[in-house]
Amino acid sequence: MNRASLLDLLKHPQRTTALSPSGWTEFIATARNANLLGKLAQRLHEAGVAVPAAPLRHLEGARLLSERQHHSVAWEAQCIDATLAQTDEPVVLLKGAAYVLGRKAAGVGRLFGDVDVLVPPGSLGKIEIRLMAGGWTQMKSEAYDQRYYREWMHELPPMIHVRRGTVIDVHHTILPLTARSHPDADAIIAHSIPLPGYRSLRIPCDEDLIIHSMCHLAHEGELHNALRDLDDINSLLSEHADSPDFWGQLGDRAEHHDLAAPVALCLMLARQFFDSPVPESLVLRLAGADSAAIQRLARLYDAAIAPNPEGQPPLRSLAAQLLIYIRSHWLRMPPRLLVQHLSRKAWQRLSLASGASPKNEQGA
Amino acid sequence: MVLPESRVLDTTLRIAPFVVRVRSPFASVLEHLEFFYRDCEKPKTAFVDFDVRLLPGLGAHRFWRPQARFLVDDQNPFLPLPVNQAAPMFEWGLNWTIASRSLGFVVFHAAVLEKNGNAIILPGFPGAGKSTLCAALCHLRGWRLLSDELAILDPVSGMLIANPRPISLKNASIDIVGQFPGARVGTRYLDTRKGTVAHAAPNRDAIEHASQPARPRWLVFPQFAPGEGHQVSPVSHAEAFALIGEQSFNQERMGEIGFRALCTLLGNVDCHQIEYGSTSDALELVAQVTQQD
Repeated sequence: MNRASLLDLLKHPQRTTALSPSGWTEFIATARNANLLGKLAQRLHEAGVAVPAAPLRHLEGARLLSERQHHSVAWEAQCIDATLAQTDEPVVLLKGAAYVLGRKAAGVGRLFGDVDVLVPPGSLGKIEIRLMAGGWTQMKSEAYDQRYYREWMHELPPMIHVRRGTVIDVHHTILPLTARSHPDADAIIAHSIPLPGYRSLRIPCDEDLIIHSMCHLAHEGELHNALRDLDDINSLLSEHADSPDFWGQLGDRAEHHDLAAPVALCLMLARQFFDSPVPESLVLRLAGADSAAIQRLARLYDAAIAPNPEGQPPLRSLAAQLLIYIRSHWLRMPPRLLVQHLSRKAWQRLSLASGASPKNEQGA
Repeated sequence: MVLPESRVLDTTLRIAPFVVRVRSPFASVLEHLEFFYRDCEKPKTAFVDFDVRLLPGLGAHRFWRPQARFLVDDQNPFLPLPVNQAAPMFEWGLNWTIASRSLGFVVFHAAVLEKNGNAIILPGFPGAGKSTLCAALCHLRGWRLLSDELAILDPVSGMLIANPRPISLKNASIDIVGQFPGARVGTRYLDTRKGTVAHAAPNRDAIEHASQPARPRWLVFPQFAPGEGHQVSPVSHAEAFALIGEQSFNQERMGEIGFRALCTLLGNVDCHQIEYGSTSDALELVAQVTQQD
């Protein structure tokens, strides 16, 4: 199923009643690969659409899984809060966990894995030690990986809880330290909103929540979740579409975070893919002199985001995906460091492929 | 080994309770399906639950160590295996898919068989002799096979759902089962991660009645102990719950629904452990527990 049909059915769940059995097959497979099955299931459920029994099993399964994950993330948040409350530091939830616990429409039906948090840079050591005392442990033990995360990226290496198997990513800024843009992480923390019922947990104010989501999408090299992310962005934007001051504040905030161009790009994409009610004046203001370049970039994303359960996307999409992958690294690292990093990774992959015996996880 | 372009496999099978499309250029996969799934319906137009492909491996070592990849709906959950294991990889991959996809069922590792509407569940701990016993109950005592590997529990009805597929045999059990009357054992695959592997076909009866679920009635933990004599001992419901939980692929993910479904299941079954040194002992103990001949 192509992107336009998928988006059309996401926007108009009632139109699924016209699908044939093979149409349902493609629709469910495409939505699953785009990581949109849970959201789709929730929308069909809320719209009260009558779905044939066979695809309904997949939709209800995804809906139950997302409900279960939302319970789990609430419990995980309790555990993180209990562990970190003694540090007296603000702990700001990001992305999926923030949408769900902040009760945003973007969280409804959303499936996700890790919990991402943002903390003040000065508190990292304290927080890492508290987490380790609370049962979290390092997942990446190699010295190079440790250095990659700590020195060049914007987070501690991911930590996994020894009993629950849950993963937490602790960030101290929202882009790598080596990146070209320098968003103001301190301001995100300063403007964050406490989550009722928790001692240390907070979520970003709505403008920052949206800008972070956009920043993430515009710097991400792999686009498997791009449609899901744009759907998140569309949901977040739509909550404020009617408030007159919102768009101006979003623009101010994007400029403050040194993210005018990425935000302009994502606004264009949200409007193009999801008909988000974005005012043209805001796009023009943020794109500024780079307007033509950002439009070219938007066309590249347009070509690259091609959900396709049948495997090989067209060559044009592959080329666009490769360019975006290269660009994402370009944005995150200065060229010399980038060459070093990629050759190091390629070498690791090569020695893994030729040496190690395959580790099969075949299960039963 | 690889089929000519015109004969490349592309078939859609009703492997209850699912519809599975299988595509592959490997002759071994085609032969596997023709041998083990010949009695399955091939629906012309149906919703496809799992779109499976077994394809040649990528990368340079395809020239000196050809491999097979398993894809389901374009996702690639496993590392590739040697190409001669493409057919067993189909079975392993389909097991993984059924166990890991969220479809509203509680799935745990056990053989399930039915007689007179009542089901016996044989949870599968490694080396317990579950598959041999399962094949013996089918071929020697006329039980209907629901599944040799996956107990699929519907939380709404509390019933067990049939997924009749080849019984997976390892090493010594291959020859034992091969001698059962009516048993059809397929190709042997040497040197897999599990040793030598082969499959025994389910009876036609199991395929024909696959749409009939069965009511859970007995939960029996088999324990093969050569030379130890044989005995039945009761297992408490609490212990059985913990043991089943260990064998569950998705009970945790099913949350409260999964927990309640397993509680209901345990409320309706008698739980026993059987220890035996031979297949005939095991059959006698099962007859004793179930009061079925």
